[in-house]
Amino acid sequence: MSLPAGPGGSPADGAAVRRPAPPRRRNEWRAALVPTVISLASVVIVFGVLGWWISSAEQWPRVKLQFFNPEAMAAAFPRVLQGFWISMRIWLTALVCIALWALVLALVRSLRAPWFTPFRLMVVVYIDIFRGIPVLLLVLLFGFGIPALNMPGLPNSGLFWGTVAMVLSYSAYVAEIYRSGIDAVHEGQRAAAKSLGLSEWQTMIHAILPQAIRNVLPALMNIVVALQKDVALLSVIGVRDAVREAQIYTATTFNYSSLVVAAGLFLLATIPMARLADHVSRKDRERRLQRAG
Amino acid sequence: MTPRIEIDAVTKYFGDRLVLDGVSLSVAAHEVVCLIGASGSGKSTLLRCINRLVEFDHGAIRLDGVPIDDKRFGATGLQRRIGIVFQSYNLFPHMRVIDNVTLAPRKVHGVPRAEAEDRARQLLGLFGMGDHATSYPEQLSGGQQQRVAIVRSLVSKPDVLLLDEVTAALDPELIGEVLQIIRGLKDEGMTMVIVTHEMGFARDCADRVCFLEGGRILEQGPPRTLLSRPENPRTRRFLQRIIDAGRL
Ligand SMILES: Nc1ncnc2c1ncn2[C@@H]1O[C@H](COP(=O)(O)OP(=O)(O)OP(=O)(O)O)[C@@H](O)[C@H]1O
Ligand SMILES: [Mg+2]
Repeated sequence: MSLPAGPGGSPADGAAVRRPAPPRRRNEWRAALVPTVISLASVVIVFGVLGWWISSAEQWPRVKLQFFNPEAMAAAFPRVLQGFWISMRIWLTALVCIALWALVLALVRSLRAPWFTPFRLMVVVYIDIFRGIPVLLLVLLFGFGIPALNMPGLPNSGLFWGTVAMVLSYSAYVAEIYRSGIDAVHEGQRAAAKSLGLSEWQTMIHAILPQAIRNVLPALMNIVVALQKDVALLSVIGVRDAVREAQIYTATTFNYSSLVVAAGLFLLATIPMARLADHVSRKDRERRLQRAG
Repeated sequence: MTPRIEIDAVTKYFGDRLVLDGVSLSVAAHEVVCLIGASGSGKSTLLRCINRLVEFDHGAIRLDGVPIDDKRFGATGLQRRIGIVFQSYNLFPHMRVIDNVTLAPRKVHGVPRAEAEDRARQLLGLFGMGDHATSYPEQLSGGQQQRVAIVRSLVSKPDVLLLDEVTAALDPELIGEVLQIIRGLKDEGMTMVIVTHEMGFARDCADRVCFLEGGRILEQGPPRTLLSRPENPRTRRFLQRIIDAGRL
């Protein structure tokens, strides 16, 4: 251990009498200021030059008319926003369903008692199948296929079945993430729980799972962000989400500005989520470092 | 009198590897038995057989004359009567100290939370951890964590305590406080089976020391005899190595 040597403080003999003050936060902030300004400035300059170069190109007026037409944007905005609201609702619903269903899959796959073996096998098959088929294909199969069967007693909307397809597919991935977290919990934790008399199920719920989820939180956050964009896949089966609404506008006016509006809305939603994901994984790294040190 | 623990010709294979080779050992009530031996000799495995963390292949282990896999123990009776403390504490890192200690009483033995916490706080206080009930394990020193682990193993009033190298992961200056606690438990009459590399501790705390090698108990006896004048040349060689390492 060494004492932090503050400005003007010598840890040698004066330490017993007057400890050198810890480095002040304001200095840290100031030290961070210059690099931040430089990097912000360089980002602005690079994109500025790029923007200037593009906008001064000969084709720019045509590009602008096709993609960044303010009138078209304004006209399309209300419908696209409405669609985007639907996209986000699908996202939230799917998120909750995936989190729960994947947990069930992961738990069944992780329980070791022999009478779980057939269930474990079924889960393995499930995961292999749903990870192996492209999501788009599943969305088409479920969203068009099942409503076409006209089965009595089952919902008939493409929205419902498309969401089901997303949930089934994503759950296969998320189940594997959960499982890697469960496997990473130290064997000694199981031994301790068992020696206290906890059943296998209690061990999982009280001892293993909370640690496992904490372990994989950064990976889960990345899935959340990916799903936020992937809900746009449902537009192919006619769900009137942001992308679909934008396409409808494009089809009638032959102007693509509405798609840019949709893109803008998605960015507004995903960028904060991505930052949040970064934050979570930074916290996680700090926690691990602290524990190791 | 029936011994508290009776291990009768227990054999255990890990795959093809014979890890316990017909071990027999009786431990009387209030007796403290230390298991010593080189790494890989089967000490931990033997200990873990006693509370069924490891299932053995042949032989029998009885607690007060009742085989440990007897239906009379139910799903959790054996775990209530036999506590174990591990080298690496194995506290649950996401739970506060008090929750670590009360988990088994509350979830396994159906003790109401308030009652379980009262008893836990009382025990924590007894072991000098009264101020840390709401701390998380990683906020504690190794010695403190191990004391919490001991409290956790004692909270359901077991008849037998198994200790597996409980000081091996501790900084030297923290070993003493934990050994002192174990001596205290001996004075209160706790039956204990202790795996240890602390020969000094074995000498003045154990009623009996057993030397294991290759999954067998090669020699056993009172600590003064076994540690000072071992009969078996292998025991002598093991102790010589310990002395050479400056640990006796
Ligand atoms: N779960 C397991 N699976 C396979 N082999 C194991 C397992 N546990 C222990 N072994 C093997 O059994 C043998 C005895 O192990 P054990 O842990 O009982 O030894 P030990 O005397 O406690 O050693 P140490 O002083 O290193 O703790 C070792 O060779 C070990 O590799
Ligand atoms: Mg061991």
